Amino acid sequence: MSRVVVKDVCFSYRSGEEVLKGITLDFDEKSTAIIGQNGAGKTTFVKLLKGLLKPTRGEIYILGRSANEMTAAALAPFIGLVFQNPNDQIFRSTVLEEVMFGPLNIGEDPKGARKKAEEALEMVGLTEKASENPHDLRLSEKKLVCVASIVAMEPEILILDEPTIAQDHAGMAAIRQVIRRFKEQGKLVMGILHDMDFAAENFERVVVFHQGTVVADDDPREVFSRESLLQRAGLEVPHITRLGWSLGRKETFLTEAELIQSLRGEGSTDR
Amino acid sequence: MSKIRVEHLKYRYPSSEKLALDDLSFEVDEGEMIGIIGRNGAGKSTLCQAFVGLVPHFYRGAYGGKVVVSGLEVLKSSVSQLARRVGIVFQNPFTQVTGSKWTVYEEVAFGLENLGVPRKEMIDRIDYALQLLGMEKYRDRHPFDLSGGQMQRMAIASVIALQPEILVLDEPTSQLDPQGSEEVFRAVHRLREEGMTVILAEHNMEKIARYCNRVMLLDGGKIIDFASPASVFSRADLTRYGVVPPVYTRVCRELNAKREGSPHFPVTLEEACEVLKGR
Repeated sequence: MSRVVVKDVCFSYRSGEEVLKGITLDFDEKSTAIIGQNGAGKTTFVKLLKGLLKPTRGEIYILGRSANEMTAAALAPFIGLVFQNPNDQIFRSTVLEEVMFGPLNIGEDPKGARKKAEEALEMVGLTEKASENPHDLRLSEKKLVCVASIVAMEPEILILDEPTIAQDHAGMAAIRQVIRRFKEQGKLVMGILHDMDFAAENFERVVVFHQGTVVADDDPREVFSRESLLQRAGLEVPHITRLGWSLGRKETFLTEAELIQSLRGEGSTDR
Repeated sequence: MSKIRVEHLKYRYPSSEKLALDDLSFEVDEGEMIGIIGRNGAGKSTLCQAFVGLVPHFYRGAYGGKVVVSGLEVLKSSVSQLARRVGIVFQNPFTQVTGSKWTVYEEVAFGLENLGVPRKEMIDRIDYALQLLGMEKYRDRHPFDLSGGQMQRMAIASVIALQPEILVLDEPTSQLDPQGSEEVFRAVHRLREEGMTVILAEHNMEKIARYCNRVMLLDGGKIIDFASPASVFSRADLTRYGVVPPVYTRVCRELNAKREGSPHFPVTLEEACEVLKGR
């Protein structure tokens, strides 16, 4: 079933400079990575989905509702967007209040909102920071507070704008956990990513934006095997893919385990 | 002669009871590129700020030991004196934008104006920095109308225009697309070849392995290791410090593939190919 339908959408911030040039996409529940050069229109695209911007042409449907006619607030229970810059999102004086704000605003009672906020904070590993001022946290933690704030609203559609910025190994694991949880619940997760390794490992579909158009849309193995296209779009193949090809493999490997298995398999026939 | 000398540096933020930097001593030579790694909270950003004097002059707090950069002792020098020798690119580019300028071009000029650089030279340096970062076409944009990645490029250009002797980069390309990030690293590499000393805090271990000649592993404000990338990334206990080595090292470790006679695992694509080819 289509969760998000995008029909021939155009958008420009200033006249004569089209940022999106006729995007048509259909999203079911498959987790989707959006990749592309800086300025390709990725963030603009997700702001349109979230209703923060309205298309200059074309239509967007979120769970069957026309987003063109709805405010961002009316869309909030269904679709959540974690901003790229956490300082654009954070405004309360404690982490717990920050994370409770969303659920309270979509009609949750205080007790329920608190429970959801606490669960979301646990998921991202910030339970101990609940009473701190979010502005005092480091960038990576602020980003996780923003993720938790949206997770606590339990939207059907979750969009993460560059979630892996500033994250260390533990932070990456927390983001991975959030994505997995949404997938298990059959919910749609979209992520804008510059980390190709992370995109290859964690998403079922990859959409490539280039200068306001979609130039590829397929499963990760297919997209990451198209090197010249990625090159043109300002991207690179994942490190593990590159290593596999450099070793003469024809396949497109997406994870360490896949390549190691291949290297072991051939190694053993030699012996 | 060493470009940076740190002796028993200890530092505690005013609101904290724990040392953020706990007795660090090391030296960095001119033209080195040092990668600082470690989990978030290990002290990477704090150490970066200690090179430019924001620790302790801006943040205050308790400070002990000595940091000498380009012959200036940080504790006894003002931030503006230090700014002539050491430039820093902050982790979050939004933090770096002055907010007092209407165009990218003027934003890059800001530091130069404050140093009183002559107009002609200013123009040359701004043009060079914008071109180096591929930002010429956005020169008339408002700084806050840029995308995150463009803002990050502008922040780097602003600091490079100052021509510091030491360049401190705190996750400088986190919001750049893969090719853009690689371009920035190549640009920094060129500056290093011209003699600039570079300090880089970064989570992208593949980049660290490729571009840094030494790696400092921090944890809990202490130096755990400070050695070649191959040596640090070959440590069996890295994950204990919240760090995962480059993917090349992980694959080679799993297959126990080392170059003949070397105690270390490969850390770059080329090295990994060399030991794995024929498999």
